Parts: sequence; structure tokens; C-alpha cells
Amino acid sequence: MGLEVVNLTAKVGDKVVLRNVNLKVDYGEIHVIMGPNGSGKSSLAYVIMGREIYEVLEGDILLDGESIKDLPPEERALKGLFLAQQDPPQVPGVRLSSLIITYTNKRLGAQDLTRPKDPKVIKRMYEVATKLGLPKEILQREVNVGFSGGEKKRSEIMQAILFEPKIVIFDEPDSGLDIDGLRIVADYIRSLKESGKGVLLITHYARLLGYVKPDRVTVLLDGRVAATGGPELAQLVEEKGYAYLKAKLAKEKGSISA
Amino acid sequence: MGDMAELKKELLKDVDLAEQLLGRERPIRTEVEIRGKITRSMVEEISRIKKEPDWMRRLRLRSLELFYKLPWPKWLTGIEVLDLDEMVYYAKPETERAASWDELPKEIREYYERLGLPELEARFLAGLVGVFDSETVYARIKKYLEEKGVIVLPMEEAVQKYPDLVKRYFMRIFPPSDHKFAALHGALWSGGTFIYVPPGVKIREPIESFFLIGRSGEGQFEHSLIIADEGAYVEWIEGCSAPRLSRFSFHDGMVEAYAHRNATVKIITVQNWSKDVINLNNKRAIAEEGARVDWVEGSIGSKLTYVYPSTVLRGDNSATRSAVVTIAKGPYLKDSGSKVIHVGRNTRSQIINKTISADGGINVYRGIVRVVRGARNATANVECESLILDDKSKAHTYPHNQVDEPTASVNHEATTGRLTEEQLFYLTSRGLTEDEAKSLIVLGFLEDVLRELPFEYATVLTKVVQLEFSEYGAFG
Repeated sequence: MGLEVVNLTAKVGDKVVLRNVNLKVDYGEIHVIMGPNGSGKSSLAYVIMGREIYEVLEGDILLDGESIKDLPPEERALKGLFLAQQDPPQVPGVRLSSLIITYTNKRLGAQDLTRPKDPKVIKRMYEVATKLGLPKEILQREVNVGFSGGEKKRSEIMQAILFEPKIVIFDEPDSGLDIDGLRIVADYIRSLKESGKGVLLITHYARLLGYVKPDRVTVLLDGRVAATGGPELAQLVEEKGYAYLKAKLAKEKGSISA
Repeated sequence: MGDMAELKKELLKDVDLAEQLLGRERPIRTEVEIRGKITRSMVEEISRIKKEPDWMRRLRLRSLELFYKLPWPKWLTGIEVLDLDEMVYYAKPETERAASWDELPKEIREYYERLGLPELEARFLAGLVGVFDSETVYARIKKYLEEKGVIVLPMEEAVQKYPDLVKRYFMRIFPPSDHKFAALHGALWSGGTFIYVPPGVKIREPIESFFLIGRSGEGQFEHSLIIADEGAYVEWIEGCSAPRLSRFSFHDGMVEAYAHRNATVKIITVQNWSKDVINLNNKRAIAEEGARVDWVEGSIGSKLTYVYPSTVLRGDNSATRSAVVTIAKGPYLKDSGSKVIHVGRNTRSQIINKTISADGGINVYRGIVRVVRGARNATANVECESLILDDKSKAHTYPHNQVDEPTASVNHEATTGRLTEEQLFYLTSRGLTEDEAKSLIVLGFLEDVLRELPFEYATVLTKVVQLEFSEYGAFG
């Protein structure tokens, strides 16, 4: 059970960005995806979430054993997937509190999406904001408009907490965060694991991995799974870099074929 | 209330609110019906039926001459689909005017009940006038208004009872010579509301007029005249709707308002004609010294709409604010724009125009700010915001400022927001359908204007917007 990506090949425009990718996120597990810029990490997150500009050419995406490949993003979300975006877009005119009220209503199956179905949600969003070190006023501001980099990351975490998903995909939650921010992200990830949720953590650097221990690590290079392993693989990448890994893999491949 | 819940559920099944609310047109028995080519004898016939005094008959005939003479206005494109020789220009439903809902024929009463008007009247309004096709079918105002000398009457009755008062204003604020269809209005006007508020009387509860078109191929030419005497305050709400019609109908209505010294007139319109009504509004107000005129226009329905709430700031220190919201979703056109003419000194105007274009809809803004020489220290602020929800839809802004007074200050700001794929993905990834995401964005875009409306109307408008964007009825 959990999230499963099976032999996934996908393109955006004319560009194939994922090639025969396989990976699994079980409940209670942290699966880290690493890779250099342009290796297909964010594409993987978008394809799992169902962004329309991406087209799946081959393979499948399963949630609890059921294919979600042909579902629109909102249905994947309602089944319990949440994507915390790396650089979420500004949505002028829409207050952060309105967005949260709307989607929690949707999760609760409310008819009227504008007025909170569960009145406790208001209190709760202020509590979570405070806990994450966000100013309370941010809830009355327009979504991501004028947010600092750190505020955007924290806002994504806050939304994830309030969404109560089964699987959270984090797309580089650590980039541009200070130490306090890193701790907050790490604490949340650990709490997800402890409460039996699944985590797919996409990261460029292993910095965050000083705070959370991954159960599995997958390295993507040029849209392919280049290596899989445990925490030691992340360690290797951190110490030696992607170029080293690439060369090592090429060499191994060469020696096999020789 | 159970019925309301059922009705709401029913409403959610379709996108055309007007159709869902009012259904398709049903035969309503008419007592008199005048159709065909627009002639002098037609106009005289209408005047005769209404037993009008001679001055009004002559005003109609003068207007008719102007209609024949004036050129087809260049800005009025698209109304060629109307066959002006084929329309019903006057239709009097077979009913006497009622002062209670029970007296109305069932078929007509049903329309008003479906719109929730009897309930709204009891809870919220100082008075309500219902116009069906060409005639007023319902009129009632609360007792305390009569005691204060407030007059709320169907226009025809005001012409007969208060000729001197009516004559002083009627089509003097908006003369028939203005354009061809103002002239046609002058010739054929029927129905509408007359409101007069005596000096110093402030009515805090709004008065509402509700206009219904009940049949295809009809022209509705209602005329409303709102007069606030010195220091008076009045709020008038105008609602418009129609069931789904089988052919185009034409609405060529007029609103004239006069705010005397230190008076305030506030006019709120919620226009939700069905998508087969071609809607031309002629709206103009004059503000005397220290007076204020506010317009709020929510234009949701209709096939084509032309609406330009206009205020002449004649007196010193007079002010106006005009907030116009138009939604063009689907193959529809909204041509709007507030107009202000600054004549007096220290006059102030604020224009807010918000347009939403979706599914191939087109919005055009054509506002005018004119400051005449001598309007010292006049200030005008114009804000135009366009929201475009997809690539098929368009918004055009053609502001026009003509400033002949060197001490005047006129500011214009225009912004266009376009819903991006990135934003749409972001919101759908939070569990909202595309329509729900659009509805959230639209309501956010309109928030500041909605906040100004009385609660009841903000709720109605919110619901209408949600329904416009809910293909599968997820909103309730």
C-alpha cells in the first residue's frame, strides 16, 4: 500500500522528462529523491500530482493499488495526495484563509465552499501558522503575493498540515530556508512518518537529511533512476557529488558491457 | 425553507441561473399587446391606453421623430439581430396591479416567489415594485414612508398624480436626443418606478424594483426616476431577470436620478437577464451642491449589455462613486464604463470597473471623465481591472479623459490579470475543480465590491457567481 510509480515515462511539450521510472512510498516511510538540476525531480512531482501539461506515455501511478493516472489533480488530492511546491505561484485576489477554508470544506464534502463547514478550522489555521513561525496576518493576505521565500515554504507546510493528506510530496522544501525553517520542515516530516503517513521528499542537497533519516533514497539522472539505496547513497552524493556518481555509474556500466 | 433548499439543489444542475431560477417562458395572458412596425399610431395607442396628459403624448411623439432621424449609434454593435419591425412593444399582462402577493395571477406570482422577493420584501425592504413585461403588477411601500411624504409609484401613476413634479425631471436628465435608442425609449417607455424623497428625509431601508421579461421577441422600455430633495437619502435597488426565451428580447430601459443639495442617491443594480436578452441601459444622474450619487452595477446575464452609469457633478463639492462589475462568460459581450462630467468646483469622482471574461466572453470598458473649464480642483480616480480566465476570452479598455481645467487631477490605473496554467494547477492540486478554482478567484477579485453591497445582495451575487462557474453544481 501507499504510492507506487511503475515504469513511468512522461513528456512535457516535446521533451521526455521521465524514462521508465519505478519507485514506491510505503506508509510510515520517507523516500528521498535526489538528483541535479534538470534531472526530472520536479517533473516527477508534477506527473504524480497530475499536472495537465505533462503527458504520461507509458507506465502507471498507483495509490493504494489503484491507478490514479487518468484522474485530474483535484481527485488525486481528495484521495490523499498533497504536493508542497518548490515555488508556488501567486494567486492575486484569493486570501490564504479563503483557500484553506475552501479546500477543507471540499475535504469534508461540504456543499457551500465559502463558509467553513467545521468552524474549528479558523482557530486551527491560526494555531498552525503561529507554530510554524508565520505572522497571523499572512492568512489574510493574498496567496503567495509578496511572500518571502521562507514564508512560501512555511505556507506550503501549513497547508499540508491542514489538508491532512496520506502522502505528502515535498519539492525541495529546504531550498532557501534558514536553520529554524529547516527544523520545522524536518519536525513535520518526522511527525508524518510517525503517524504512518508516506513522504516523498525531493531535494537537491542532503542538508535536510541531517535532520531526517530517509528509509529509501533514489537518485535521478536525466529522467532515469540512476541509483537506489538507503541513507548511505545520500551520504555518497553529499560527499562526492553527482558528477562522481555519474562517472562511477558509467564506469560500472562500461565494465559490465566489456 | 425546505422548498428553498430544494430549489437551490435544482439550481445547481445548470449553468444558466436565470433559466434554472425561472424556467422557460410560459404563456402569460395579456390584455393588450402591440407589435410590429414602430409607427406614430403605435405610440399614440400606448399613450391612449395609459390615459396620459397631452405633454407626455407630445414628448413621446417628439422622441419618435428623433428616433427616425438619428443615425444608428456606432458603439451599439450586435443589436442587428433584433428585427425591430417584428417585436412586441407593449404587453400588458391580464391583471390589475396588486398590493399583496395573493392578488397576482399564479403564473406571475410564481416568478417572483422563485426569486424569493416576497421574503426579501418582508425582511429587508422599505418598498417593492414589480414590473412584468410592460406594466407594474405589484407595488407596496411600508406605512412609515407614506407618513413622511415619500412617493413610490409606478411611473404611469406618477405622471397622472404628480404631473408638475414628473415633468420637471422626466427625460431632462437623459434627453431623447442623446442617441437613437434613447429616443426610441422616449417614444415607447412603459413601466418603471417613480421615487420622490422630500427634503431632509432619510430612508435607510432600500426600495427595490424588480423587472421581469416574460416572453420572447419583446421590448421592455421601463423608465425609473429617482429624486432626492435637499438633504434626503435614498437607496434604490434594481433587479432584472427573465426566464429562458425562445427568441431574443430587447431591453432599452432608462434610469434618471436627481440628487438635490446635500442629498444622497445610491443605486444598486443586479442584472441577471437570461442569455437571450439584448440589454441597453441608459443611466444618468445629476448631483447638485454637496450631493452624492453612488452607482453599483453587477451585470451578469444577457447576450449583449451596454451600460454606462453617468453622473453630472453640477454643484460645487458634489461627489460620485461608480462601481461596475461585468461578467462575460461564454459567447457574450459586456460593453460598460462609467461616465462623469465635472462641472462644479471641488467635485470628486471615483470609478471602479471590474470585468471578468471567460469561455470566449468579451468585455469592453469605455468610460469617460470630463472636467469642464471652471471645475476647479476637481479630482477623478479611475481604476479598471480586468480578469481573463482563459485564452479564448478578451478584455479591452478604452478610457477617455477630457480635462479642460488646469487645477483638476485625473488619475487612471488599469490592470489585467490572466489566470495561468500554473495557478490553475496549484488550486486544483488543493482539491478544487477547475470551475471551483475559477469561482474562488472571481470572488476574490470581486471581494471589495461585494463588501459594499447590503448583505442580502452580496449573498445573491456570490451565489450567482458560483453558479456561473459551477458546471457540475459543487457549490450550494
